[in-house]
Amino acid sequence: MSPPLALSRSVSQPPPRQPDRLTPSPTAPPRPPEKLRTLGLRAWHGKTEVLKGVSLQLLERRVTAIIGPSGCGKSTFLRCLNRLHEVVPGTRVEGKVLLGGVDIYERGTDPARVRGRVGMVFQKPNPFPTLSIRGNVLAGLRLQRSSVRDADELVERSLRQAALWHEVKDLLGRSGSSLSGGQQQRLCIARALALRPEVLLMDEPCSALDPIATAHIEELIRELGESYTTVVVTHNLQQAARVSHDTAFFYLGELIEHAETDALLTKPRHQKTEDYITGRFG
Amino acid sequence: MTGRRTDLEYERELRKLREQLLLMGAKVEELIASSVKALVDRDDALARRLLVLDDDIDHLERETDELCSKILAKRQPVASDLRAITTAMKMVTELERIGDLCVNLCERVIELGSDPSADALGGLPELAERVQQMLRSSLDAYVARDATGAREVIAQDRTVDEAYARLSRRLLGAMLQGPSEVSRGLRLQSIAKTLERIGDHATNLAEMVIFMVDGEDVRHLGHSGGSPATSDDTERSRR
Repeated sequence: MSPPLALSRSVSQPPPRQPDRLTPSPTAPPRPPEKLRTLGLRAWHGKTEVLKGVSLQLLERRVTAIIGPSGCGKSTFLRCLNRLHEVVPGTRVEGKVLLGGVDIYERGTDPARVRGRVGMVFQKPNPFPTLSIRGNVLAGLRLQRSSVRDADELVERSLRQAALWHEVKDLLGRSGSSLSGGQQQRLCIARALALRPEVLLMDEPCSALDPIATAHIEELIRELGESYTTVVVTHNLQQAARVSHDTAFFYLGELIEHAETDALLTKPRHQKTEDYITGRFG
Repeated sequence: MTGRRTDLEYERELRKLREQLLLMGAKVEELIASSVKALVDRDDALARRLLVLDDDIDHLERETDELCSKILAKRQPVASDLRAITTAMKMVTELERIGDLCVNLCERVIELGSDPSADALGGLPELAERVQQMLRSSLDAYVARDATGAREVIAQDRTVDEAYARLSRRLLGAMLQGPSEVSRGLRLQSIAKTLERIGDHATNLAEMVIFMVDGEDVRHLGHSGGSPATSDDTERSRR
């Protein structure tokens, strides 16, 4: 009789996996066209280099999640995509951000127009407290001094797109801050959508919300992702799995891995990604 | 994996899962080895004692499944952790079925009684040794996270299938010599088939190890030349 062997086996560590390049599967459907691309994007806060040459392609009508530990440059990257980073004194940006093939940092480009084309939703819902719900939806347009031919139609369309219309259609004159946290966040999304953006950026849009409000926003992100190129910064891996097509992992200001979310969360190609998503970073 | 996991409790849960799977593997290995000894030594008393050992394996299957479910619910694992847990859930099923097949084998041994003598067993002991080695190597590959070792196990399945086919032809030839040979021949044929199926389950385990280590799904690629073991081809329903 052979002796039982298994208990005497010792558990060894696997050999380190070498990083390799992303290669699309030959059976994968064709990828959508490019919407946004960064080339060697670098950003500084004072003397600290926060982004160290990030080149990343974002595809049309895809949701891309940006993940990584705190301080890795996720939010800075997002804010560089619509020229918000530069509004903070002492900051600096180098490199290119091509929106539809044209660099948004090109001399003579109006940052306000860029921010209309690339909308942003922040971590904490921030409706204008003195404005009504209707006024909040139209606030971006008013700030840009854009004329609105049919404001009522625009308000309704934006609120419908943000899945808020049925809840507020009879309350349009009320203050935006009278809404719940989740509703306020959807109001902020409606405000961004009213500008008819080409790209929607969301910086941890659910981190201040309860699970039900989070589920509403996640459903909304999935729906909006069918029409808009969407980039979502999140600390929640499961949220990235639920809402995004692609995921980019940042670490210490560098892009480590960019892949389809299903692949990145089940079989990451880089050891740093594996270590981060399995909780092995100290 | 390079870094130390931040959540030590999670680390302990995964370690416990590995240990539980290894314990189950050890019991299955022991059951096969004892079943083969009962066959070779014509020891039906030993075969009767082994019948109850399958209960331990069934119990471990339930415990391991429960542990996997708890980890999935609590941790929502990803990447290599997710592969390790989903692989463990499938491996326990394979191991449990091997346990069932060993019970089949013991039942045939009891039916044979003292007939035939060890000399008349043909190539059965050699076939048994090969499938035991395949199972041992699959479990070794699991512990060492050794995809190369697992691929070697898969390659061995063809040899086992060929050995089974030769043995099967020989037994058929013996049965054609007269009706008195049929009863014994059918039982030996059943034992040979049981061993061949254990080889298939060991192959399945090796395929799972490759998925766990490399994330590559190598099932149903026709590398083994034999059909994969399925639930409906075991001779008795799952216990």
